[in-house]
Amino acid sequence: MTLDPLVLSRLQFAWVIAWHILLPALTIGLASYIALLEGIWFVTGKEIYFRVSGFWTRIFAVAFGMGVVSGVVMPFQFGTNWSRFSDATANIISPMLAYEGIMAFTLEAGFLGVLLFGRKLVPRWAHFAAAVLVAVGTLLSTFWILVTNSWMQTPAGYKIVNGIFYPTSWTEIIFSASFPYRFMHTVAAFYVTTGFVVMGVAAYLLRRKRSVAEARLMLSITLWLLTLMVPLQILLGDMQGLNTLHHQPAKLAAIEAHWNREARAPLALFAIPDQQAETNHYAIEVPLLGSLILTHDVNGVVPGLKDFPREDRAPVIIPFFAFRIMVGIGLLMLALVTVGLWLRLRRKLYESDWFLRALMWATPLGFIAVVAGWTTTEVGRQPWTVYGVMRTAHSVTPSLTGSDVLLSLLGYMTVYLIMFPAGLLMVRRIVRTGVSDDDDAPVGAGRPSAPVKPVPGDAS
Amino acid sequence: MILDFVPIWTLILGLAVFFYVLLDGFDLGVGILYNFAKTTAERNTLMNSIAPIWDGNETWLVLGGLGLLAAFPLAFAIIIPAVYFPILVMLLSLVFRGVAFEFRFRDAEHRTFWDHAFGYGSALATFAQGVVLGAFIQGFEVEGRHFTGGSFDCFTPFSLFTGLALLFGYGLLGAGWLILKTEGELQTRARRQARLCFLGTLVAVGIVSVWTPLADADIAHRWFSWPNIALLSPVPLLTALFGILEWRAIANPKSELSPFFYAVLLFSLSYLGIAISLFPMIVPHHYSLWQAASSPDTQIFLGVGTLFLLPVILVYTGWSYWVFRGKVRADAGYH
Repeated sequence: MTLDPLVLSRLQFAWVIAWHILLPALTIGLASYIALLEGIWFVTGKEIYFRVSGFWTRIFAVAFGMGVVSGVVMPFQFGTNWSRFSDATANIISPMLAYEGIMAFTLEAGFLGVLLFGRKLVPRWAHFAAAVLVAVGTLLSTFWILVTNSWMQTPAGYKIVNGIFYPTSWTEIIFSASFPYRFMHTVAAFYVTTGFVVMGVAAYLLRRKRSVAEARLMLSITLWLLTLMVPLQILLGDMQGLNTLHHQPAKLAAIEAHWNREARAPLALFAIPDQQAETNHYAIEVPLLGSLILTHDVNGVVPGLKDFPREDRAPVIIPFFAFRIMVGIGLLMLALVTVGLWLRLRRKLYESDWFLRALMWATPLGFIAVVAGWTTTEVGRQPWTVYGVMRTAHSVTPSLTGSDVLLSLLGYMTVYLIMFPAGLLMVRRIVRTGVSDDDDAPVGAGRPSAPVKPVPGDAS
Repeated sequence: MILDFVPIWTLILGLAVFFYVLLDGFDLGVGILYNFAKTTAERNTLMNSIAPIWDGNETWLVLGGLGLLAAFPLAFAIIIPAVYFPILVMLLSLVFRGVAFEFRFRDAEHRTFWDHAFGYGSALATFAQGVVLGAFIQGFEVEGRHFTGGSFDCFTPFSLFTGLALLFGYGLLGAGWLILKTEGELQTRARRQARLCFLGTLVAVGIVSVWTPLADADIAHRWFSWPNIALLSPVPLLTALFGILEWRAIANPKSELSPFFYAVLLFSLSYLGIAISLFPMIVPHHYSLWQAASSPDTQIFLGVGTLFLLPVILVYTGWSYWVFRGKVRADAGYH
């Protein structure tokens, strides 16, 4: 078997970004959640909200620190493995990535310190404001990254001269056709992911009878939020589906493993797509449902993969299954919050041991859905890096050999397989301690619990 | 005609890389010296001396990388693949070293493992950066818009030497920082380490200064042709002057800020020396800054925001150093 630097580079990018995305999925949700808790604390003055926000700030700090170090890796991937892509598209995407870096830096420099260390040092309003600004900052980061990603999916506002992209309209570049839907769907996904983490931790604490009042508060607020967010997210996902149908029909056909263009199309619940034979094996299909879901019309026409040349088709089996995993988890989450609502109305929410146990098991669901959704959209974009314009095969660094990339991929695998389990252990340790009254309990991200105080009378 | 943003971006990028080298330079240097600390308490002190600021320092690396991509994408697309493995080693070492700050303290059972992750990670990241520097000065095999050499070409005697040299250089910055931030026995040891690193750096800078003009006729011409030799003579003369002052400051037990201060000045002059040798090329022998520049639209679009946000970042960075000023102790942070 020969080692293909293109395939290995794609695996490497998938590896480093799949791990990295787990951290923003948590920190972006937690930042907003912490801001909400601090807001309630600021308005009502009830200390319990402040204690809960302190607990989650400790977990936020660990995840944020890991997000920083795994994030440093990302921009260099564009250079090491995707140099032709960088050369061709830098005029367009580099300002987006750089603005993300600068804004994230400004945010971190300015407000994270206050959020982590200022709990006793600054007035209430200042701490609340810092929490809000950190949350806004994380959303700004998401904004710029998804601007870049969306432009690669639905490129606009550019011209190509001698194989190099040049900007013609920044507005069209930033607000490309898929951007608004992708942004809302992704942020909602991060909120829901975080929500299930908070509920899982609350359920754990309740079952262990530890920090019971705080755990009830976490569960109660979060379940209300998710009762709104989960159905909203399904709606947003549907909107993004319509957008994909319109702008990336070949991708949609791959997601649905749909080979022939047809009206009144069925929906494949399960199948083994066969890229060579251009058909599905062992298909379980529901008549008409494909057209109904994808076009909102039973007579709607759904594109088929055969509409597109073979070399322009994505590897069907990956987006097909990734999409079904994501949707399956979405429906499972809907079921869980519905049961939760029902139990709450019957006033049995905190006593139903089986439900709390289910919530604990549901803790990682959002992360799996996020990675599955990301896989759907990125593998579905293949064989292009810039959809319909620049091929992935023409994007990879020309000087790399297969063994070069194999070596680097093994390096990333080894380090990440040590670092991420270790990080999970740290978070588990924080969770087991429960919510404490002790504000001096250490917060982290590689910082001391309190600012290193100068020794009196010792000027530097 | 629209404003030429290339000089502005050259300045921004030059400053970003320089800030990175200085700031992460001293905290990587503390990490290198961490390998020689004797007790847990000492290691705590060393780590606490940089714990509040290291991640801010490291962000300059991201800004430098993204700045190069944004302002001079052709250089980014040629240089980064050419130093594929040094970049890989640097990134993996930085990951290890970065998580060690938090994990060492939360994961007491594996503290020794994380101690090594921090110490070796810092040293390895430094060495890799030195190799990148050496390979960059030597230049790369280029055809058209691509690097065409092999991924191991960057490992040459010269680049391995600059890798070693940077260990001494960052060690000097780190020791200077520790003289400033510690007292008693730790400070005395830091002075010894500073002296050793200073001698190492001095020898290394001397060898590089002789080696590069011998190996590269353009660089020799830049420095030794008339009137350049007269105009540029302040660079080596000032280096000698600050070297003497640095030596005296390290030996003087009363001077706590000067060893770090003169080390920074020595770094500035070395950096300036490299810039003088290579200007105006960003891919040595192949592409100048203007040839590798991104489109004017791109440079302006990003430049406006950067010129607005960069001062904010600088002011805050300065302020955070002010907040954490003064001597550091083992028990002040992790407990």
